[in-house]
Amino acid sequence: MIQSLNTLLPGDRAVVLEIRKDAGSIRRRLMEIGLTAGTQLEFLRHAPFGDPIEIRIGDTRLSLRRAEAASVIIERTE
Amino acid sequence: MTLTASVPRIRLVALVGNPNCGKTTLFNRLTGLRQKVGNYPGVTVEKKEGTIRFADRSVAQIIDLPGTYSLIPHSPDESIATDILLGRYKNENPDLIVCVVDASNLERHLYLVTQIIDRQLPLVIALNMVDIAEENGVNINRKILAKRLGVPVVPVVASKGIGIDDLKRVIAETNHTVGLGRQWKLPPLVDQELNELMGLLADHHQLSAPIAFHESVLLLSSGNGSPVNGNKYSQEVLHHLQQDHTRLDTAGIDRQSVFVESRFELIREICSGAVMKKLSSRPTISDKIDHFATHKVWGFVIFIVFMGLMFQAMFSWSEVPMLAIGNGFDWMGQQITRLLPTGDVRDLLVNGALAGVAAVVTFLPQILFLFFFLGMLEDTGYMARAAFIMDRLMGKVGLSGKSFIPLLSSFACAIPGIMATRTIDNPRDRLVTMLVAPLMSCSARLPVYTLMIAAFIPGITLFGFLSLAGLTLLSMYLLGLFAALGMAWVLKKTLAKGTPSFFIMELPQYRLPSVQSIARQMFDRSWQFVKRAGTFILGVSIILWFLASYPRTENATPAEQLQNSFAGQAGKLIEPMIKPLGFDWKIGIGLIGSLLQREVFVSTMGTIYNIQDAGEGDVSLQQKLRNERDPSTGKPSFTLLTAICVMVYYVFAMQCFSTIAIMRKETGGWKWPFFQFAYMTALAWIFTFAVYRVGLLLGGA
Repeated sequence: MIQSLNTLLPGDRAVVLEIRKDAGSIRRRLMEIGLTAGTQLEFLRHAPFGDPIEIRIGDTRLSLRRAEAASVIIERTE
Repeated sequence: MTLTASVPRIRLVALVGNPNCGKTTLFNRLTGLRQKVGNYPGVTVEKKEGTIRFADRSVAQIIDLPGTYSLIPHSPDESIATDILLGRYKNENPDLIVCVVDASNLERHLYLVTQIIDRQLPLVIALNMVDIAEENGVNINRKILAKRLGVPVVPVVASKGIGIDDLKRVIAETNHTVGLGRQWKLPPLVDQELNELMGLLADHHQLSAPIAFHESVLLLSSGNGSPVNGNKYSQEVLHHLQQDHTRLDTAGIDRQSVFVESRFELIREICSGAVMKKLSSRPTISDKIDHFATHKVWGFVIFIVFMGLMFQAMFSWSEVPMLAIGNGFDWMGQQITRLLPTGDVRDLLVNGALAGVAAVVTFLPQILFLFFFLGMLEDTGYMARAAFIMDRLMGKVGLSGKSFIPLLSSFACAIPGIMATRTIDNPRDRLVTMLVAPLMSCSARLPVYTLMIAAFIPGITLFGFLSLAGLTLLSMYLLGLFAALGMAWVLKKTLAKGTPSFFIMELPQYRLPSVQSIARQMFDRSWQFVKRAGTFILGVSIILWFLASYPRTENATPAEQLQNSFAGQAGKLIEPMIKPLGFDWKIGIGLIGSLLQREVFVSTMGTIYNIQDAGEGDVSLQQKLRNERDPSTGKPSFTLLTAICVMVYYVFAMQCFSTIAIMRKETGGWKWPFFQFAYMTALAWIFTFAVYRVGLLLGGA
């Protein structure tokens, strides 16, 4: 199922399809930090107030805001 | 002259790396105590320089560049790192780059490495935190890695000091390499356009090949049509670029992702066979800690406990040493008083110089505690979690979670609070946080609040347990808090407007803090504080002493002397300005006298009302204030409303030269401290005026 990263729940795994073209200046940064097409990730948790979220790519743990995660198009793998 | 002297030596080393890669810890290890911290001119970005001493006693300078994910910058601090690496920064052309790479995050950190290799500068890679990576089952064959990248790879554990000598030895070598150059492959069409554009840039703008390459990638991957800084390129280049964009777009190529993805493709090739991961699904220690530290409920509880502890230390535990320092200075004052004859010199030394220096040095315990806690938070990796937890709340006023701790620290004192903003890597967020930090009610306001509350707030208890006095005090703290958050929101909407800040942050693995590194930070920051703010404060206190002591009135009581002094005259001079706030010239003297330090208001009021040694909570001073009558009307001139107005004024007003001094130092100029002083004084006036007017309508006079 194709959806955006901010709709995942803790424990979900997914693969990155693309970063939305209308993501603006943050698009390149999201890719540079490792969110390129084909990257596998796991949604670890969200902060106590619901935002930001924490994901795992390989051994890297990244935190990003839901607004930023909304630009990451993914497909759930399990 | 020996033969080796003719070999060009390394003079300037630049330390680069992603944020949170342990770069600063490594910098501390390489330089020892030989370092200095300043600002890059014109920006609130910290500049750290130091000296490395090699085994043969020769030395080299080293600069710790701001952490950056990429050579295509997103924020001013990243721009500085980029500009230096691209040779755009005056007087800072490093002979060698040391790129710090977190072994646990190798692939992601190699992104920056490949960009630096494209730049073709002599490079050494410091593979940091290899111990944690190995614990987690990641083994890196550094020989293969070094061969594929074409530069030396030195494994280190900066926090434990492992591998530092090896790294120094490699840095001291003279045959540094620039790496194997651009190895990443682009689709043929992109490659062709890139080469054409590079050629044009080289011809038209005399750019060296690596710079032309960097700019071509940037131009090709940027938005449609003309680039932002288009006017620096010739018409022909721009025309060609437009055609390139069209051609690539029609070919269905995503111009932005193609470059990033090609680079990662190369990185995967480099890592395959060089990085061995044991397949283990067991969660790391970090994961286990994070299960609690960022948990919905426990995460918050742990965070509150940590913050409570820090606040407690800065507010209460520092009280004893602060008192001791105060007593020490009192004792010195007494000794000087005893040794020197009565006169201006003695007065200047005791009430001018010594009092001013004491005022600054008393903050020292708070600063030491702050940097102990900050060091612990940063060194263990918890700082990133604290920002993670608080980001949502701070985001509502346009700041990020990283602004929370500096603002919290400002409840104790704005000076450590402002110094703590150095942990905010977004300069705009940092500036806004510094600008609003002094609105948080600091401990120096407490004596003013206490005096006013004790003198004028009725000792009533509400609902059986809430004392009106406590409630008033809480209201003042809340007023300051909301003023700070509101002002942050306004500043982010106006002055510090720009591309929205983002909050993409790596959460590093937890690690044990290094005692050496924390002690270093505590010592460094405190020394800087004493030295820089101290010299400035010394000057200002002498000036204030002069204003309060001259011109001399013969045979006058201290109160009369103060009234006739320049400060007293100034109090009368500003009376028309503060009359609308319900303040008379006596309060005016208090306001001027406390420009250096808020709590001076209490002792100044004491002097004016002719009481020796007026301390906080002094009953007789309270009584005097209550008994004060307006000579023309015979009504009380100091009322409950006046007291509330004084408190509200102190909530907002920037009555603190130490803060101004630290702002000047942290922002590298007078512009922002001046702005801060102006806006806070304006807010103080407006809010006090409003409270006074409403109070009068309610019959508060």
